[in-house]
Amino acid sequence: MGDVIAVSGLVKSFGSTRALDRLDLEVSAGEVHGFLGPNGSGKTTTIRVLLGLLRADGGSVRLLGGDPWHDAVALHRRLAYVPGDVSLWPTLSGGEAIDLLTRLRGGVDQRKRDELVARFKLDPSKKSRTYSKGNRQKVALVAGLASDAELLILDEPTSGLDPLMEATFQECIREITAEGRTVLLSSHILAEVEALCDRVSIIRLGRTVESGTLAELRHLTRTTISAEVERQATHLGEQPGVHDLIVDGGTVTFDVDTVHIEAAIRQLTELGLRSLTSHPPTLEELFLRHYGDELEADGVPRAAAAAGARESGGG
Amino acid sequence: MSRAATASRDRADSPPRGGSLAGTLGLVRLIVRRDRVRLAVWVLAIAVSVFASVASFSETYPTAEDREARASLLRDSPVTQLFTGPGYGLDDYTYGAMTANEMLPLTAVAVALMSIFLVVRNTRTEEESGRAELVRAAVVGRHAYPAATLIVVGGANLVLGLLLTLGLPASLDGLGTTGSLAFAAAAAGVGLVFTGVALVTAQVAVAGRSAVGIASIILGALYVLRSIGDMDDGTLAWSSPFGWAIEMRAYVGERWWPLALAVALAVALIAVGVRINARRDVGAGAIADRPGRPRARSTLGGAFGLAFRLQRVSLLAWGGTLFAFAILYGSLAEQASTLYEDLDSLDEYLARIGAADPVDQFLALTIFWSALIATAYVIQSTTRLRAEEAATRAEPLLATPTSRWRWLASHTAIAIGGGLAVLVAIGLGFGASRAVGAGDLGELPRALAAALVYAPATWAFAGATLALYGLIPRATASIWGILAAILFIEMFGPLLQFPSWIYDISPFQHIPQLPVAELRLAPLAVVTAIAAALGALGAVAFRRRDLA
Repeated sequence: MGDVIAVSGLVKSFGSTRALDRLDLEVSAGEVHGFLGPNGSGKTTTIRVLLGLLRADGGSVRLLGGDPWHDAVALHRRLAYVPGDVSLWPTLSGGEAIDLLTRLRGGVDQRKRDELVARFKLDPSKKSRTYSKGNRQKVALVAGLASDAELLILDEPTSGLDPLMEATFQECIREITAEGRTVLLSSHILAEVEALCDRVSIIRLGRTVESGTLAELRHLTRTTISAEVERQATHLGEQPGVHDLIVDGGTVTFDVDTVHIEAAIRQLTELGLRSLTSHPPTLEELFLRHYGDELEADGVPRAAAAAGARESGGG
Repeated sequence: MSRAATASRDRADSPPRGGSLAGTLGLVRLIVRRDRVRLAVWVLAIAVSVFASVASFSETYPTAEDREARASLLRDSPVTQLFTGPGYGLDDYTYGAMTANEMLPLTAVAVALMSIFLVVRNTRTEEESGRAELVRAAVVGRHAYPAATLIVVGGANLVLGLLLTLGLPASLDGLGTTGSLAFAAAAAGVGLVFTGVALVTAQVAVAGRSAVGIASIILGALYVLRSIGDMDDGTLAWSSPFGWAIEMRAYVGERWWPLALAVALAVALIAVGVRINARRDVGAGAIADRPGRPRARSTLGGAFGLAFRLQRVSLLAWGGTLFAFAILYGSLAEQASTLYEDLDSLDEYLARIGAADPVDQFLALTIFWSALIATAYVIQSTTRLRAEEAATRAEPLLATPTSRWRWLASHTAIAIGGGLAVLVAIGLGFGASRAVGAGDLGELPRALAAALVYAPATWAFAGATLALYGLIPRATASIWGILAAILFIEMFGPLLQFPSWIYDISPFQHIPQLPVAELRLAPLAVVTAIAAALGALGAVAFRRRDLA
């Protein structure tokens, strides 16, 4: 199976601002691909280029084997798009907006449409002007998920949904992947990405900084280890690859680079290991590792941010 | 409890300073900052147009005989009362009489439009966008928005009044200070009335666009009331603020008390607006939203269906209003033409204009002006493209298999097709009332043809709008400035005697004024070709550019 999306060296400037700076993105058929990056890093700009709404200044962009700018209409028959910031026609009801958008894509199975409206608990007879952000998002989601397009492009589709609806959304995406369809999911909700995505690309300042399966990404980073040992463990800090060592009596906590994990464990055994817990880095920790310097520039120490992420991430 | 906590609780318990008006001054600063260019353009464009026109009188009408010739032309024209008033000072047509008679009514219309647009933009449109919610959540009182808007828009009217009072005597020797003050007060009085009208419509309508639309229909109706009144014995003109402005008789024995009527009406309207504002929820209109259809009808199936759905109310409003005006004016045609038959100058008049029937002359001119107003519909409809794109509502459509051509074509089709429908409504209105008046069904196709012949001119504006939209999307709205300039040329060209190349800019000059002029197809074809070329340019540019 070929790549559904193949972007390499994509450049897009707005005036003197370089929004995308040699960005790469590869999405294979049948996968759910997480697209991560902080606000303003270029996720939406990339998606708009993929949709043929913006014209690339440089690099190559292939979508479903075609050129998104020149073959926009033909390619749009094969994809569905859910924008992050949904604005609807104020005088149309939600149901009308759903029907309009699905008909423009060539129509959908009405049973599926009704089922999705029910699952997302959307009142389709309300005028769009009266909808909250979450309900506007549901309209776009129902219209997008009801289609049988081979590619779904979702730009932060759940930022306004409550946790129940978030669960419904994840269920829907699993059904779609079970059918072998492809999803590009841009998201801020890292738990959602961890739950759904096979692979992720992390971008920063318009450039891809990391891309791969979550396992691969974890391999590149550190594992957190807590252990109880019998002897003093102060020398552990001199071991290569060990960071942020905290020794509290017989309890030690430290991060270790994945390549040095074996040596670190051997050292712990020599110190008289009584108990050991380890957890792989959460996506939050991966994410923060790439943006740590930004946080530091803002006065947040990297260790504190990582600890915060660990607590909330739960490991 | 700490001292700081006590202090902050005291602050929360005591009523905020200013009560329901809290934050008004901050909002005034916000509006002035946001609209500083817009305010300046409105005020200066109106003032400078008046000054430039008036200043040219001394060259175009240097002697009393020249002015008397102009006065006699006006006395003889069947449409004089539409655009001027009952004609105060026509017997001794001084520069002052000329200024008041020919400049005031349309200056007042421009001031009214300025007030409507500025009021709605800063009240209902702010609510519609959700920005007002953000602001109202701060320490900002319930009435701060209307109060701040009134201060700014009222201020714009007063500044314009001051400019006119000082600038008119400076523009032309012979315009006295008292008369200029009366002229300025009359215009500003109308502006204040429509400030009040717009404040009320902004409370009633949920969308800014509808609030402007309703206020504009009221403006049109009050203007028509005035013109019909003046064609008759003038009684009806007293029911319109435009009539009050003219009855101040600037430069020809000023009367000040009609100004009190305008101020009283403005105050009453503002009171009504403030009262509704106090009772309703933020973002809500006076009438609650009805639920919509849970499923779309089969007609809402594509880009064209959507464009029609979005624009149908506006199309009905424009078509219906112009149809009503056409019926009214059509029924006045004969009455208007008898006005100067009484003056025994019919033979002379017919000889001068080439023996056209006076009723036809009246029809030709009123249909011409109706077509100019229909052009505003076509522009409004075409600029919908920009509105949809700026609101990011074009994005989800263009992410479907809808091509950019198709989306552009959908709204353009409504603009052009809707423009034709409005012209048909105008033609039918004039035709029907003429057919009844003259007892001749043949009047119907004649009026219909006289209206439809303007279609190419409206297309030229659609084409120019598309060109702007494709090339410089942010500047799409400047098409309104172009329409205003063309209206100025058409309106004041005969008075100011522009050179012919200026007239040639206006597409309307190239359209034969049926039924007086003969139908020639060549100019229609040329205007159509220019319209098509501009439209194609815009479409190609739009296809090639980034979406906003």
